[in-house]
Amino acid sequence: MIDIDDSLPETPSRRHPVRSPWLAEIVERREEARDIFTLRLRLCREAARSRYRFQPGQFNMLYLFGVGEVPISIVSDPEDEALLDHTIRVVGRVTRGLAQLRAGDRLGIRGPFGRGWPVQAAEGRDVMVITGGLGCAPSVSVIDYIARRRERFGHLTIMQGVKHHHDLLWRERYEAWGRQPGTTVLLAADQGGPVWPWHVGPVTGLFDQAPVSPGRTVAMLCGPEGMMQAVVRELRARGVADRDIWLSMERNMHCAVGLCGHCQFGPHFVCRNGPVFPLAEIADLFGVRGI
Amino acid sequence: MNDDTTQGKRGEDKGAAEDGAAVFLERDALQTLLALLQSGGYRLVGPQVRDGAIVYETLGGAEQLPRGWHDEQAPGRYRLHYDPASPRLFAWANGPQALKPLVFAPRELLWEAHRDETGNLRFQDCLPSGERIAVIGVRACDLAALALQDAHFLEGPFPDAAYHRRRTGLFLVAVDCSHPAETCFCAATGDGPRVEAGKGAAWDLRLQELEAGFLVEAGSRAGAAYLARLPARAATEAERAAALAQAQAAVARQTRRLPAPGPSAGAPCHDAAGLAGALTARHDHPHWHDVAQRCLACGNCTAVCPTCFCAGDEEVPDLAGTASRHYRQWDSCFTAAHSYIHGIVIRAETRHRYRQWLTHKLDTWHAQYGRSGCVGCGRCITWCPAGIDLTAEAEALVP
Repeated sequence: MIDIDDSLPETPSRRHPVRSPWLAEIVERREEARDIFTLRLRLCREAARSRYRFQPGQFNMLYLFGVGEVPISIVSDPEDEALLDHTIRVVGRVTRGLAQLRAGDRLGIRGPFGRGWPVQAAEGRDVMVITGGLGCAPSVSVIDYIARRRERFGHLTIMQGVKHHHDLLWRERYEAWGRQPGTTVLLAADQGGPVWPWHVGPVTGLFDQAPVSPGRTVAMLCGPEGMMQAVVRELRARGVADRDIWLSMERNMHCAVGLCGHCQFGPHFVCRNGPVFPLAEIADLFGVRGI
Repeated sequence: MNDDTTQGKRGEDKGAAEDGAAVFLERDALQTLLALLQSGGYRLVGPQVRDGAIVYETLGGAEQLPRGWHDEQAPGRYRLHYDPASPRLFAWANGPQALKPLVFAPRELLWEAHRDETGNLRFQDCLPSGERIAVIGVRACDLAALALQDAHFLEGPFPDAAYHRRRTGLFLVAVDCSHPAETCFCAATGDGPRVEAGKGAAWDLRLQELEAGFLVEAGSRAGAAYLARLPARAATEAERAAALAQAQAAVARQTRRLPAPGPSAGAPCHDAAGLAGALTARHDHPHWHDVAQRCLACGNCTAVCPTCFCAGDEEVPDLAGTASRHYRQWDSCFTAAHSYIHGIVIRAETRHRYRQWLTHKLDTWHAQYGRSGCVGCGRCITWCPAGIDLTAEAEALVP
């Protein structure tokens, strides 16, 4: 197996599996909800494990034999070096196939790719993690990261909005986060129900309960673009600067290294320059239809 | 690595000759150069007439070059004419393709996965052979495009190994463009029609075609080594003057240009900021609707563009279920699949796709690679079945 091309100059490609993937084994498969599951993976080769390092918000390309690759964010902790968790929703051919795999099955990994959440820059500041819909997996990594290093950060506010009350994943996890000191968990469902004790309405309706301190608050957003646009309006109205608003963007990705062109978002390659962007970098394009 | 080999990463010593160092080579002696290159281990690729177009294919010898052929190009139109009285081999403007397929293959195998009976997987990278190819008759626009493809595929954080291997095997025999087409505007973008040292990708030899033969100069050590073995003589003043007049006439024949608003007006748009920011700022301009009424979203422009780099990955398993191949194939931002994510097509309408293509090419390319992604070759104008002219569309958007 060749995973390093010696003819190339010293660049990140010498340290990443850029062309063919690295081999990984499924250590555990956990069902999260209907059509949502988590694969806990372990790189098979010691050399790969020792070289592999990632930041919360980065992603891997997972390869299913004979079917293809999909970009999936890494939800486990970067210091948990041996195991890599990926929470996946069944949306297409590859994810449907990945859902059939069981512990002990093997697949391929290329990664980690892209820019993750600004966890270093956010140290000492209040953090708001605002997510919508089912697209909350990329934000779980950063919430867990902060929760495990609580003393390094100011107040943590977690705001999660779902369409229907039964769309809420990880209810116990939200409740556990909410019991931590200096942490506020606010949940909203467009359609509540008899067992929904939280806000009924859009996630932006939670801002009345959320403390925002311009200059001190760093906001991290993940979810459908329409939801993120509405949240950006609220944050701006409360004085949060564009450089303190970070968004996890999503576009079609094939190569994950900025070569194939599919993920272009204006001048940016989402796979390489993102997927996490400060709003200040993309403000002229964000929310424009068809970009 | 000896002098007879294409040097280093992309021939850092190429394109270094000083203007005026050219010697004269009789037309019949071109075959001597081709034979020397073949015996030096190069496969020759050069222009030939096939299916009513001039295409770059494997070349047996100089007799296959398009002697006496001329082209006529216009928006949505390409025709060849044969003039039996003309001795010229390069009296035409570029056809649909030149260098891009040689370095960025239209389809190539990236890697293979093998699965054994226990379910274990084994991965293997697949690289091209590293064949050495001498390309005869490379135009200035394509050298400029090659430099842009180099920037994309080799100069970022993840250089592409297949492109790298193909690229290092190239020996480039450039030729000044003496007969630009009506669709050409390389003079306006600053990329042609003359081949110049230090502009675009480096070349090994440069030809300027005259009625009786060629002015030849070397741009690399490898090029100089070949030139030293050719039966050339010093060029006369008259020959130099004829080449210069021909070059000036080639510039004068070009009428199209891209708009260059603001303080950079009048400057070649790859040197200046050109349209950087200008099309992004006009993302809601009504003209995008207008062009979408004419655009078929066929993707011809992206296929013939020498700088377009989009490619899609494709997985091809074998029937036995023991091996699967991972291919990369040219893709186009004019397809719905290009912007597809789990049930959503981001660029759902043709106006979004044309806007993506033109904005990337003329505007956001500046932020990505420091200049416009357009080299003025005019191919997208000629090969558009609807005859859409990007210079006219850009002018309508940024008058």
